[in-house]
Amino acid sequence: MTAVDGISFDVDRGETVGIVGESGSGKTMTALSLLRLIPDPGKITSGRILFGDRDVIHMSDEEIREFRGADVAMIFQDPMTSLNPVLKVGFQVEEAMAAHRRFTSKQSRERVVPMMQRVRIPAAAQRVKDYPHQFSGGMRQRVMIAMGLSNEPSLLIADEPTTALDVTVQASIIELLRDLNRELGAAVILITHNLSVVASLCQRVIVMYAGRIVEEGPTRAIFKNPQHPYTWSLLRSIPRADERGHQKLLSIAGLPPDLSNPPPGCKFHPRCKFRIDKCFTEEPTLDDVGGGQQARCWVLMSNVPAADKGER
Amino acid sequence: MTAQATQAAAAAAVTAPLLRVENVVKHFAVGAGLLGHATVHAVDGVDLAVNTGETLGLVGESGCGKSTLGRVIVQLQPATSGHVYFNEVDLTKLRGEKLRRVRQQMQMIFQDPYASLNPRMAVGDIIAEPLRNFRIARGRAAETRVQEVMRVCGLNPNFINRYPHEFSGGQRQRIGIARALVLNPSFIVADEPVSALDVSIQAQIVNLMEELQDTFHLTFLFIAHDLSVVHHMSDRIAVMYLGKIVEFGSTAAVRDQPLHPYTKVLQSSVPIPDPDLEAARRPILLSGEIPSPVNPPSGCRFHTRCPIAQQICSEVEPPLEKKQDGHLAACHFPGKL
Repeated sequence: MTAVDGISFDVDRGETVGIVGESGSGKTMTALSLLRLIPDPGKITSGRILFGDRDVIHMSDEEIREFRGADVAMIFQDPMTSLNPVLKVGFQVEEAMAAHRRFTSKQSRERVVPMMQRVRIPAAAQRVKDYPHQFSGGMRQRVMIAMGLSNEPSLLIADEPTTALDVTVQASIIELLRDLNRELGAAVILITHNLSVVASLCQRVIVMYAGRIVEEGPTRAIFKNPQHPYTWSLLRSIPRADERGHQKLLSIAGLPPDLSNPPPGCKFHPRCKFRIDKCFTEEPTLDDVGGGQQARCWVLMSNVPAADKGER
Repeated sequence: MTAQATQAAAAAAVTAPLLRVENVVKHFAVGAGLLGHATVHAVDGVDLAVNTGETLGLVGESGCGKSTLGRVIVQLQPATSGHVYFNEVDLTKLRGEKLRRVRQQMQMIFQDPYASLNPRMAVGDIIAEPLRNFRIARGRAAETRVQEVMRVCGLNPNFINRYPHEFSGGQRQRIGIARALVLNPSFIVADEPVSALDVSIQAQIVNLMEELQDTFHLTFLFIAHDLSVVHHMSDRIAVMYLGKIVEFGSTAAVRDQPLHPYTKVLQSSVPIPDPDLEAARRPILLSGEIPSPVNPPSGCRFHTRCPIAQQICSEVEPPLEKKQDGHLAACHFPGKL
């Protein structure tokens, strides 16, 4: 099975990039590949991953250990399973630094409370002595972020960091990630199924479908002027909290394809309302469509007449 | 029934709500120790009315008691105290066969389309089970009815002998909906029916529920944490916090003029898929954690986190009362945030 097929993208220093897609679109596999963390028996069969000018794929075991956690940190959806339940939270933050020896043990110890304050954990000096179960979901996610940032990485990968959280807590974690990105200058790759969170946090968006990038570009362009029918449809299929009057949601018929037996041609064509003959047989390439935006589509939404889109 | 009586009954059906919840309390005992047990105040005195044919959205964050309230309404769990009237019949007073009869009218759709379908039963049997339970149809007649409901719910009726694992999440949710629909109920409690589904599938299920409501004149209690989908689905909205309804009104009123500070906070927290609006949105961030329902705060339960709380808020519990036409809030300072 090809979970991720021919993905190419760059993340600039200090940039916030969102990777959006549904389950099985390959967004998490893409992120795990960046750290060479693909679970067995999966493997990266081709491609290059460059961090600065270092090639991640050809790093030795020792180099990759240092790279993960120190240069690039990753936080996950479920902060409870990522924290050790029998160790004090402060110790776990300290351990994250000890593992990489970028700081002396004295420095590491002294950095714990400031790191926890930096992620806005109230009464951090007292809370270092608490165990993970004494923290709420949102506070646990803050601890994970503190651990991730403790080694001053230049890239933070956040995989669905707010999906398990309540909306008021989600709001505070998004604000935190935004502030930390500004304060520390660490680039952020946000992996999510939630387009609204991307609109809130990211400067650039990568839309994935069936293991491919189908569209990519500056956030504003993607949301205001989506060129791939999948992106276009997705944006019209989600209810908006600011909706006035009742607009019927656009329903994308069918299901994402089974990647062990993908359809020929464009992987979205079985669900696409705007397909042409070519889409059935030939897979489109990811091409520039102007304004720094790229789309993988033979048709492009700008070529679809307004009447066909159901717009007045 | 005389023609007059029929007319009177029809008039009553228009004015009287289909479902009325009166001061419902649901407490759970947790743990046991030397000092006795603690009590979780999951639902703590809720009044609610759902009108025939409407969708009432019940929104709140995890642990606010919204699912418990839904389960108490359909009598899946007994209320600790209070009354649930369905067509003016007090369900909390009914037992056995009489309760079963009413239950035929009220069905439930669950959040998790994986856990709520028995993996060992064929889809046809899952959907037909209510028919058999209520001895409404068996054999060929049941099968015909099942296939009819499957078609209505967008499932291929030829898949009647397949098992749940052969279906995707969205299709499973359709099976759950078909099961709820097979008895021709008038009232459906849908507990987070779309939150486990992928984005492109959510719209399919939301649209299906709206179509079914139109076709079969269904009344929905739509329970969800996602304010966007609640706004979209609901005619009226009830906002719940820590076991209490804090605000209740038409969707437009609650959306455009939220009166309770918690509603305002909730709304400001929801991101909108528009980068321009997002650049301007300033969420009101709450300090502290949601208090434990074992030991809820005195006075207004939101006062420990409320940005505009005053002395009185910690002392006197504000009742849920009418502040504007048909718009209720439980707050001493409504609309002040």
